[in-house]
Amino acid sequence: MATLKEVKTKISGVKKTAQITKAMNMVAAAKLRGAQEKMEDFRPYTAKFVEAMSNLSGGANTNAFPLMENRDVKAVELVVVTSDRGLCGSFNANIIKLALQKMVEYEGQGKKVSFVCVGKKGYQLLRKTDKVRKRYNETMGNFQMFHAREIATDLADNFLNGTTDKVEILFGEFQSVVRQVPAVAPFLPVQPVAAEEGAEKKITGDYIYEPSSEEIMDVLQPLYLNVQIYHAMLEVGAGEHAARMTAMDNATNACKDIVKNLTVVYNKARQAAVTSELMDIVGGAEALK
Amino acid sequence: MGQQIRLEVVTPTGAKVNEDVDIVNAPGYGGDFGVLANHAPFLSTIKIGTLTYENGKKRESLMISGGFCEVSNNKITFLVESAEAGSEIDVERAMRAKERAEKRLAQAAQQTDNFNRRRAEIALQRALARLKVANR
Repeated sequence: MATLKEVKTKISGVKKTAQITKAMNMVAAAKLRGAQEKMEDFRPYTAKFVEAMSNLSGGANTNAFPLMENRDVKAVELVVVTSDRGLCGSFNANIIKLALQKMVEYEGQGKKVSFVCVGKKGYQLLRKTDKVRKRYNETMGNFQMFHAREIATDLADNFLNGTTDKVEILFGEFQSVVRQVPAVAPFLPVQPVAAEEGAEKKITGDYIYEPSSEEIMDVLQPLYLNVQIYHAMLEVGAGEHAARMTAMDNATNACKDIVKNLTVVYNKARQAAVTSELMDIVGGAEALK
Repeated sequence: MGQQIRLEVVTPTGAKVNEDVDIVNAPGYGGDFGVLANHAPFLSTIKIGTLTYENGKKRESLMISGGFCEVSNNKITFLVESAEAGSEIDVERAMRAKERAEKRLAQAAQQTDNFNRRRAEIALQRALARLKVANR
């Protein structure tokens, strides 16, 4: 039986933990709002971009562009986008699990696999595979386009000089506040963007292109890569905060449960102590008679 | 006042400009070009430089970098990685960036390091464009 004092200390400790998790929950909620706004801001840009890409790449010969070249895949690079901080449930672990699964799958096919980690957590967990080629830390907090540009340029250079033949991005897709799923998106070679149905009619063939449509594609493709990386970073950013919100909410509830149970234990112990003291007094009084 | 054209400048951090203007001047692939109302459909890549537009007597400049622009249905849309008005530009930071880029460029020239040279060149262009807009 735990002593009264022990139980009391434990209760106050758990209460303090609950306070912290509650605060973290609220911070995550506020940050989530900011991240979601960023996503909203970004959406018109992507929408326009995809539209233009599909207009241009419609009839293009895919092997004419070095970034679209489909080669025999010998080396695969996986870009793993995770958060910088932990304490967000299984969010990062799920992404890593998918990454390892992909690694096993590709290695089973006799392909060389390397990782590029964006976000600290991914590196911490993938370090032991010894396949991390490059890592980018502390880029998730502020979402700057130039981070995305730097990463995309590096990946594209590696693709162009033949070090990698295929690049995929793994990230946590933000589906809703309560649902984030790890997802894989093809990155390189650049996929021709298929025009959505209905959008087809909007294509007007009589644009004046300056320079030619092929040369515009040459300029657009690297930008498109930036957009994809940036998109993944935004998704992970929002997903991280949403996951942390849920995780911290669960933690707060668990703390409350523990406090409840401990209070019961505390009261029982207190009553037992009172009863035994009473017995002593009664016993002493009896002896004096 | 004659007809106007709708100008939209879209960046990854949201729409920057969305208004009717008289004329737009932008740095295109083959040099600067101007667009008036009812321009034919047109698509061009955009270099780092200054975008200016006029609305009546008002004349505005934006520093823009990398992207493309599309003209259709009396609307001109710029899709650029960044667009900054003169008042938003941190002149000191741009100055520092310029010096840094120049230094790197000098280093890269000795080592014939193409990758770094390209990067420094772009950084220098960006810094110069910023300074130009900020000084208007």
